[in-house]
Amino acid sequence: MTPKTPEAPDRPAEPSGERKYWLDEPKNVDKVFYGTCLSCVLVAAADLLVHRHLVFPVEALFGFYGIYGFAACVGLVLAAKELRKIIKRDEAYYGDDL
Amino acid sequence: MTTFSELAHGIPPGLVLIIGAGIVPFLRGRPRDAYLLALPAVGLLQIVSLETGDHIRASVLGLEILMLRVDRLALVFGYIFHIAAFVGIVYALHLKKTFEHAAALAYAGSAIGAVFAGDLVTLFVYWELTAITSVFLIFGRRTPRACQAGMRYLVVQIGSGVLLLSGTVLHYLDTNSVAFGHLGVTSPGTTLIFIAFGIKCAFPLLHNWLQDAYPEATVTGTVFLSAFTTKLAVYALARGYAGTEMLVWIGATMTAFPIFYAVIENDLRRVLAYSLNNQLGFMVTGIGIGTEMALNGTISHAFSHILYKALLFMSMGAVLYRVGTIKGSELGGLYKSMPWTAAFCIVGAASISAFPLFSGFISKALIITAAAENGYFVTWLVLLFASAGVFHHSGIKIPYFAFFAHDSGKRCEEAPRNMLAAMAIAAALCIGIGVYPQALYGILPFPVDFQPYTSTHVLTQLQLLLFSALAFAVLIRTGVYPPELRSTNLDSDWLYRRLGPLAAGAVSRRVGRAAALLRNGAKARLEDVAGWFSRHHGPEGAMARTWPTGATVLWVAILLGAFLIASFSA
Repeated sequence: MTPKTPEAPDRPAEPSGERKYWLDEPKNVDKVFYGTCLSCVLVAAADLLVHRHLVFPVEALFGFYGIYGFAACVGLVLAAKELRKIIKRDEAYYGDDL
Repeated sequence: MTTFSELAHGIPPGLVLIIGAGIVPFLRGRPRDAYLLALPAVGLLQIVSLETGDHIRASVLGLEILMLRVDRLALVFGYIFHIAAFVGIVYALHLKKTFEHAAALAYAGSAIGAVFAGDLVTLFVYWELTAITSVFLIFGRRTPRACQAGMRYLVVQIGSGVLLLSGTVLHYLDTNSVAFGHLGVTSPGTTLIFIAFGIKCAFPLLHNWLQDAYPEATVTGTVFLSAFTTKLAVYALARGYAGTEMLVWIGATMTAFPIFYAVIENDLRRVLAYSLNNQLGFMVTGIGIGTEMALNGTISHAFSHILYKALLFMSMGAVLYRVGTIKGSELGGLYKSMPWTAAFCIVGAASISAFPLFSGFISKALIITAAAENGYFVTWLVLLFASAGVFHHSGIKIPYFAFFAHDSGKRCEEAPRNMLAAMAIAAALCIGIGVYPQALYGILPFPVDFQPYTSTHVLTQLQLLLFSALAFAVLIRTGVYPPELRSTNLDSDWLYRRLGPLAAGAVSRRVGRAAALLRNGAKARLEDVAGWFSRHHGPEGAMARTWPTGATVLWVAILLGAFLIASFSA
């Protein structure tokens, strides 16, 4: 996956002379992303070390919670995008004074 | 017994705020601020000194009324309602509009009164009072849009009260009692009461008043609204319908479906309204499971939820107050201008997402564990899905689109100091409860035999959340994540905002046409009759003509002649 920075092209000009923030640097945004990846690897690996108390057999699968969380969120967003096609209307749909 | 204690047991809780609110419009400046802050403090002092038991009884029209019933369930809600009122007032202190302060206090007082009501009639009175007082927090925005939303809100809320009253009457006819204890869905009366509670609790398809009205309220009003109405309904369901099986799937549905809307909603306060609905789902599921652990989970989650939801609404309110809009499509990069607000928002986001060491973690864990241990496998899967989803849209989307994302170039001042103070108090409580859960567990109705900080709980929760965060990051970086767009998303309010008026319009047109047809037909008949009369009796009519004397003499002669012939022939 090529990391894209979708914010770059349409970013409006920042007020001039303003100090640079750490997150203004795309490299640092990448660092946050890779940090998240690393944390995921670590907590997934911890499954091997920590004896977990289980209620349902499905919990015994390696990385069940991680996979479920990831799939849930991707599924949620993809479903919501489809939902948007059906229910999205103009902002003034109800004719209210905005 | 001290005098204060006697006094405390002699006045229904909530009246301190309701009656106290009446004086607010006459005060100005610092004395007003001090008075506003003192009221919830005095109210809290009152309920802290209450002893469990039934205290203020009355007999009205032969009904046994119990205006003050104190037990551990009522007390938890009493505590948190006072804390929420206090935090809300700190947040709103900058307001010059005293009327809004008065409405907010009376609203909080009504909700407090309701949880200490021992019978359904008293509950009904407070139930309607919460509706009538809170609508001014929506009208206070003073836009036509807010006024319309306020009217819709009022109709739904009053409607819920009417159902409650109708149910109470039927229940009284069945049982000869209006006492408010466990009811269960067993008769037409208790079913009506159940629906009344369900409306206020935003059950699926009865929910849309919430997302419709809350985001239209004033900056400070939404903070109050988020705390009381729906949690009063949670309290009422917990008291009246614990263990009602259908609440398990109603609650599970509530946790799941609003999050799809939350992902594509642009108004960030409306996103929070959807996530409020999702959080109510967890509480309702707990009530449906109905075990001591599940009910403890529901009640502790309501407690945590009021704080972190208020915190999130406060941070978004501060953005709306400073920037003038709360649309995700127009925000971004505000962490540069409002770093404190951003930080408090992140604390609220971590709490609602149930990160370890934050309040949501120690309360939601009770409900999810109760679902698992009682064998609700599908429900458990839905709750896990909703937990990942709430982190996704409330935990990440809210702070991300407001404070980070692409820099909108908007620069503004940091939130006013009173707003920051209120957010700081709520944030401190969110972390405090997360770090030291025993404080909250200790006031729950049932003894808590549960340890949230086990390696299993912490690890599984971190896995769920971090992989959800990873999913968000991947979707954003690949451009798959749907952008924030200015739009209206159709929800069940479409039924009464569009379909209802359309249907009413069609019916009215049909009826109009039929009426016109009838009218025209009748008119034509009447005109015929009138024409006939006009022809014969009108100015030119034969009957209206003045006849000459000669003609009359002639007629008399004819008549006499006829008479003569008739008499001779006889």
